[in-house]
Amino acid sequence: MDSLAERINAARGAIAAATDLQALESLRVSLLGKNGLLTLALKELGALPPEVRKQRGAELNVFKAELGDALAARRSVLDTAATQTRLAREAVDVSLPGRGAMQGSLHPVVETEARICDIFERMGYQRAEGPEIEDDWHNFEALNFPPQHPARAMHDTFYFAGGELLRTHTSPVQIRAMQGRQPPLRIIAPGRVYRSDSDQTHSPMFHQVEGLMVGEGVSFADLKGTLEAFVAAFFGRSFAMRFRPSYFPFTEPSAEVDIRWDDAAGNSRWLEVLGCGMVHPRVLENGGIDPERYTGFAFGLGVERFAMLHYGVDDLRAFFDNDVRFLAQFG
Amino acid sequence: MKFSERWLRALVGIAADRDALVEGLTMAGLEVEAVTALGAGLDHVVVGAIIECTPHPNAERLRVCRVDAGLAAPLQIVCGAANARAGLKAPLALEGALLPGAVAIRAADLRGVRSQGMLCSARELALDSDASGLMELPEDAPPGQALAEYLGLPDASIELKLTPNRADCFGMVGLAHDVAALFGGVTRLPDCAAVPARTARVRTVQLQAGDACPRYCGRVIEDLDAQAPTPLWMAERLRRAGLRPLSAIVDVGNYVMLELGQPLHAFDDARLHGEIAVRAARAGERLRLLDGSEVELDGQLVISDARGAQALAGVMGGADSAVSTDTRTVFLESAHFAPAAIMGVARRFGLHSDAAHRFERGVDPELPARALERATALLLAVCGGCPGPLQRSELPGWSAPRASIRLRRARLQRVLGLAIDDSEVERILLALDIKLAREADGWLALVPTRRFDLAREEDLIEEVARIHGYARVPSSLPSAAMPAPPEAARAHVPLRRLRAALAARDYREAVTLSLVGDALLAPWHMLETSLPLANPLSAELARMRPSLLPGLLAALRANRNRQQSRVRLFEIGRSFHPLPAVPREVERLALVACGTAALEQWGLPARALDFHDVKGDVEALLALRGIAGERLRYAPDNLPTWLHPGRGARVLAGTQELGVIGALHPLLEQALGLEVDVYVAEFDLDRLREQTVPKPTALPRFPGVRRDLAIVVAEAVTWAQVEAQTRAAAGKVLSELRLFDVYRGAGLDPGHKSYAMGLILQEHSRTLTDTDADACVSRVLQALAQAFAARIRG
Repeated sequence: MDSLAERINAARGAIAAATDLQALESLRVSLLGKNGLLTLALKELGALPPEVRKQRGAELNVFKAELGDALAARRSVLDTAATQTRLAREAVDVSLPGRGAMQGSLHPVVETEARICDIFERMGYQRAEGPEIEDDWHNFEALNFPPQHPARAMHDTFYFAGGELLRTHTSPVQIRAMQGRQPPLRIIAPGRVYRSDSDQTHSPMFHQVEGLMVGEGVSFADLKGTLEAFVAAFFGRSFAMRFRPSYFPFTEPSAEVDIRWDDAAGNSRWLEVLGCGMVHPRVLENGGIDPERYTGFAFGLGVERFAMLHYGVDDLRAFFDNDVRFLAQFG
Repeated sequence: MKFSERWLRALVGIAADRDALVEGLTMAGLEVEAVTALGAGLDHVVVGAIIECTPHPNAERLRVCRVDAGLAAPLQIVCGAANARAGLKAPLALEGALLPGAVAIRAADLRGVRSQGMLCSARELALDSDASGLMELPEDAPPGQALAEYLGLPDASIELKLTPNRADCFGMVGLAHDVAALFGGVTRLPDCAAVPARTARVRTVQLQAGDACPRYCGRVIEDLDAQAPTPLWMAERLRRAGLRPLSAIVDVGNYVMLELGQPLHAFDDARLHGEIAVRAARAGERLRLLDGSEVELDGQLVISDARGAQALAGVMGGADSAVSTDTRTVFLESAHFAPAAIMGVARRFGLHSDAAHRFERGVDPELPARALERATALLLAVCGGCPGPLQRSELPGWSAPRASIRLRRARLQRVLGLAIDDSEVERILLALDIKLAREADGWLALVPTRRFDLAREEDLIEEVARIHGYARVPSSLPSAAMPAPPEAARAHVPLRRLRAALAARDYREAVTLSLVGDALLAPWHMLETSLPLANPLSAELARMRPSLLPGLLAALRANRNRQQSRVRLFEIGRSFHPLPAVPREVERLALVACGTAALEQWGLPARALDFHDVKGDVEALLALRGIAGERLRYAPDNLPTWLHPGRGARVLAGTQELGVIGALHPLLEQALGLEVDVYVAEFDLDRLREQTVPKPTALPRFPGVRRDLAIVVAEAVTWAQVEAQTRAAAGKVLSELRLFDVYRGAGLDPGHKSYAMGLILQEHSRTLTDTDADACVSRVLQALAQAFAARIRG
């Protein structure tokens, strides 16, 4: 008996000292396994006289429970330690850059054009397109610029040998959109346009977005409301805006729209952002629409101007240099 | 159009201050570009009269003047101006003056001589840019009078940026009507009463140019004093309008032009011979102009005498018949020239003139006689003289067009979205000099001939709106019915997805010019197929691009020159093609790439970009088409000459060519000075974007089997051939075919390669057995052996 108690005592010490799961397992087998110390001792109970057997049995069961608990407790400690070791081993330097990093980006002018069109498309406008090589009729005559009209002098026009020209504005799309369709019309037409002019603030090629709405009872008040809504949507805030009378042969009344702009230095000034007006009755007629029954408004805006304001770019030419160090800043 | 504010206020009385005036003009469509305040800092500046002018004892360039400043005793002023002389009247800044630019005037010793003030140039007083010497004042200027008071200051030069329709505002009178309407002022228009003739002398005028000059008024004035000084008030108004006073006769002409808007011309009558004719110039006819240039004419409208052209009508007078200080008799011209006759003439000869500027835009056809009377009266007042009768020549039956327009109340309201009281409508139109007759539904308006821009109802609506104020029109959102949604067109991959896909694959979007130069296209041999402009801005912008690639390559090269070794760009835009090509404009998507396959990084080995990298990018785009089971072909034949013949392909969907992909031809790379291989692709965007609605098949309910196979074939056998054979031999049971290795080298015969592929086999109605799979694999092997002498890699 003494010797069993001693051996169990020793086993307790061994369990507490076990440093890995394998050692712990062999201890379990030597104690509680098929031929383990306690298993054998329990088997031997039957040979004992009944008066001793009961007491001895109770003792052995206490030992067995104690050792089981000790083994489980030690196993839990060793399990936790093993997990910790594995986690430490598997740690990586999370500060290293990700693999397969990409550096693509979208052009600020094209993005701006897309944003402008998106806003109007959400207002029910349909996208339309027209040719960049236009004829005089669509670019000028149909828009109420008769030959020799002084307003033509404001459009420095590129011509081709056959008399065709590069469109100087997206307004000819108005005519193309009206032809063969009847109101109500809501058209948004983005695209490249060309003027024979090149300096720091002019590029011979630039982008415009043309808008056109024709219907019954469309008014100048609707034009104001629409453009105010657009400006607020584009810039994400509302501005003081003013509609300043101006002149375009294809609209009347015509207006230029200024917004109150605060520059980086904190100076506030009126900044012209787009031109607009009520579609001239002659233009409606040229588009095959009865100007007595229908009225409409049209507007045209320079995409580069909006991109410059939106991104705070002050040199127009940066947009066409395609310097990747510039493009990289747009993501 | 630049003018003196005081002059305007003399023509129309308004209470508004300068700021309100400027704001009002701008918001009425007469945009104020610049306002230059004149006459600030003139306190203690007076008219000075130089009594005596002697050399400075200690300085060669300085003079010591005794100047009468209206004080008890003359002042001593040291002065360095070359034109300082006894008898000259000039501005004198007294002690205590604070000139523009914060120059404080104090008495001081200048090189040992006391100076009690400063004689000034116009520039020192910010009255003009002239700094050549002392500002010379008229002889009758009263010494001691405050300069500001004497010159009619303070004032402002206001500069307008006029729109092409407002030709009438090139005259102060036209402007005064707008201001009267805006601010409720009363106009005080200049007196244009007829001046009675005192001599019968005339010079006959023949109108021989039809509509180009339907009306011509002329008058001879004898015995002028051409040397008479221009009156100060007139000279100042001219100066503040940006015109330099020259001589009385010229100044009077310019003054009337500014005032009424009618350009005039004065000929020295003694230098004219015979009758005047208004006619088209003969081809080759020459004319020496006032500015000294000589032009060779060809049909332009001229004023000629018996000897030939004496003036380029409505643009500039000739030098031979020009007035001078010796002129005694003038022939004054005040004519109406049609815009079409003048348009482009000045530009063609590189001339700028105030007359051409006005006639090109149009001048009130009723002005010639009135302007001539006005000019005669002013000329007589300044230079004296004896006027002949006003001669009026007109095309028979011609009369100035004058529009009569119906304005409907309901239309006005419908267009503006605002009801304006009848009384306000009438107030505005009447103030604009428009005569009105009331009608049941509105008005009948008779517009003045000055406002030939007003021709129809919308023009009047705009007049009412801009004077009433656009700001007073409310904002609303359209209530008109929404248009029908667009007809269901063929589905297209949204542009946004294409652009995003390329950006996600490491490309930067570029925008290059559609205009390119010969030098850019020549290495690509694209000159023949490009469309030239008739009037290019420069050699670099002389043609329309037939492809996006030359421009993108130029951008790539520019970036490489900026130390960027890896450049990947794409662009969406149009290419242009000369007739008979149809269509002439094709929307395209192009990309260019060079440098390493991946961005330099720690986790991937660096390797040069190759064909299949770029093909992977292209396949990612094509995958967006979502066309189930679409088999695209990459045909290596019939390539453009600028592609590497062994590293390029046309991308075909069925028989339709979507675009091309490949490496640039090494000779082109050399010609472009590129020291790196560049891969490019260009697609027809509409074809690329074609999309079908996906129709997914039912997913298999039974497990599939994978069998891997490594076969050896000769180098000449392409993957496309192997793939096609394999699919055909395997049949429907092959649901997927994956190529997972291409091997060349040890263990293979030279000139051979091995394809390792995985066959995913699948039946939809039952579980595939090993026997089925084995049968399939052996069919494939047999077919490949037969077609390509392929064998299993041992």
